[in-house]
Amino acid sequence: MGRFDWLSEYLARLEDEHVLVRRGSAQKLAPAHVLEIDAEDWGRAARQASLMEYRWCGLWGDENAGQIRVYACLENDGDYLVLQTAVATDMPVLPSHVPSYPIADRPERHAQDMLGLVFSDSPDERRWIRHQAWPESSYPLRRNFSLPEQAASQPAPADGDYPFRAIRGEGVCEIPVGPVHAGIIEPGHFRFNVVGEEILSLEQHLGYVHKGIEKAAVGRSPEELVRLAGRVSGDSSVAHAWAACQALERASGCYPGARDVELRGLFCERERVANHLGDIGAICNDVGFAFALYQCSRLREDWLRRNRELFGHRLLMDLLVPGGVTRDLDSAGVESLKQDHQRLRQETDELFDILLDQPSLEDRLLNTGVLRPATAKALGCTGYVGKASGQGFDLRISNPYPPYAQLPMTGVCLSEGDVMARVQVRMEEIRHSLAWMDQLLERFSPGESSRDWRIPDGPCEGLGLVEGWRGEIITYVRLDASGRVARFFPRDPSWHSWPALERIVMGNIVPDFPVCNKSVNGSYSGQDL
Amino acid sequence: MFRILRKTLGIGVVTEQDPAATDEALESLGIEVKRLVEARFNGSLAIREVDAGSCNGCELEIHAMNNPYHDVERFGIHFVASPRHADVLLVTGPVSRHMETALLRTWEATPAPKWVIACGDCACDGGIFGQDNYASCGGVEAVLPVDLRISGCPPAPLELLAGLRALIQAS
Repeated sequence: MGRFDWLSEYLARLEDEHVLVRRGSAQKLAPAHVLEIDAEDWGRAARQASLMEYRWCGLWGDENAGQIRVYACLENDGDYLVLQTAVATDMPVLPSHVPSYPIADRPERHAQDMLGLVFSDSPDERRWIRHQAWPESSYPLRRNFSLPEQAASQPAPADGDYPFRAIRGEGVCEIPVGPVHAGIIEPGHFRFNVVGEEILSLEQHLGYVHKGIEKAAVGRSPEELVRLAGRVSGDSSVAHAWAACQALERASGCYPGARDVELRGLFCERERVANHLGDIGAICNDVGFAFALYQCSRLREDWLRRNRELFGHRLLMDLLVPGGVTRDLDSAGVESLKQDHQRLRQETDELFDILLDQPSLEDRLLNTGVLRPATAKALGCTGYVGKASGQGFDLRISNPYPPYAQLPMTGVCLSEGDVMARVQVRMEEIRHSLAWMDQLLERFSPGESSRDWRIPDGPCEGLGLVEGWRGEIITYVRLDASGRVARFFPRDPSWHSWPALERIVMGNIVPDFPVCNKSVNGSYSGQDL
Repeated sequence: MFRILRKTLGIGVVTEQDPAATDEALESLGIEVKRLVEARFNGSLAIREVDAGSCNGCELEIHAMNNPYHDVERFGIHFVASPRHADVLLVTGPVSRHMETALLRTWEATPAPKWVIACGDCACDGGIFGQDNYASCGGVEAVLPVDLRISGCPPAPLELLAGLRALIQAS
């Protein structure tokens, strides 16, 4: 089947709506197709896409030469479409996508805070990523941005006057939580409105770990960028580094060899297994079932120790570089991994059997924190959050990139949408990853890993698309004429799962919030950037 | 139920016989830490972990200190939920400017005597996020007096334990 079978219908609809579209290059941001749209048609293009039920998956801007280019990424049937437009830097006004796609709210507010874009008909103009560390009217991603000395010399005040939405009524209480949480966990603020124990609403205020990743990337070399990408979210180091590598490689036209991408696939699946093990244990522990935490964290520790032994780093950081990988695997390593897989399969079969057969666990996890499939679809959730709520999308299957195209990956999709379903998706994914890695090790490409990378001759841009353990990662990279990074935007799947959490907890009781939160496990760092 | 109980008990034994429990590095470090904690902290060292802007890599490894292999609680070290119960603040991240005030307040809420550990390369000097960054303070030292630095990206659990030992010896 040819790809983009649906694109001509979308173009026809745009034509009916008198939206002027210029077909962009099919290569520039391959495998995505680019459509250039006039700024005034920006909102209508989104409206047609939403009527066609395309998934909205990200927005970023890029200021260059007196204008801000704005990109919005859509997905349908595994094909990606990037809408692109431009506005003048001194008059950066654009219709909002939020009326058609409510999930565009936070990405647009992020772009507003970082670039000074104004979304004219946005229903929510509140700041998102900006707290009080720099003045409201200065935008870090503009080229002329510099932190005023006065702001730099004093501690940044707490964002105490953030305008939360209030719910009023008899017996309604507000519970503020964070940013410093009680556990060993990333910081963020949650504002609950409750009646008794029941949660009426939750509103998140994130951005506390905003460390200027997008700006810090500018001017770095591609190698330095990949190192940085590996720290967008420490638990997704491989996946983010891989997405950055893909973007760089597509931009430059230098692709890694078969063995390199197989090793990347192996690292990425190892990262997935380690995180899923950790999550399953932690979710069970949140409802007082400590046995699962002990067992899962023991298996996770075994797994991480093997990472260090074979690849030099427990969390597999810095193994990917543009054009390849830094570590190879010898035949003894292959053998020990095969044995590990066999052992883990046995252990998890037994363990998961126990977990799924525990009435007390069922009692706490079944029907807790339900995300309905329709909501998951509207929010564009991917990964275990989407897959537990009827959204089977998985890049490794829907639009496989090497090495997944060569070895088919099995998908998992449930429809219950509760905490238990998110646990079960993780369990299935561990099984599938183990089976896939075994197949991979059987037919590992011979020879050595190569690193054939050169900095491209002129300015270029590329898109990276990787299925991380949390779901789909989209990374945009633009290099300037000297081969230095001019723009880096990594879109973590958490942008979609955080708003899902706000829906998930409604109607649940406050003591179930931790387990709902853990079952979603959004990345703070990956979202805050 | 009997089947579940039997399996539960069966697997529980495997944990106890964990080969890494006799891991020399961990044991020697651990015993020394335990002696020091007993001598200087009345048998209990309470740590409040504060993520002040990390990528979450350090948190994963701090968590690993509590897994059955490392089980730091057996050495008298435990993580507490409130700074008011803490002897030590274990701070990660390059300290984002958005967390600056929250970190200061956490420190103020910690009763003296108190110690601050900068955990990981970012906390030590800004790490990969750098010093010249509008959004980051470039290390814990820029915000709080730091008593000890544990480098690593992220430091592994045994390196963290070794760091704690160094702190206890020095204090």
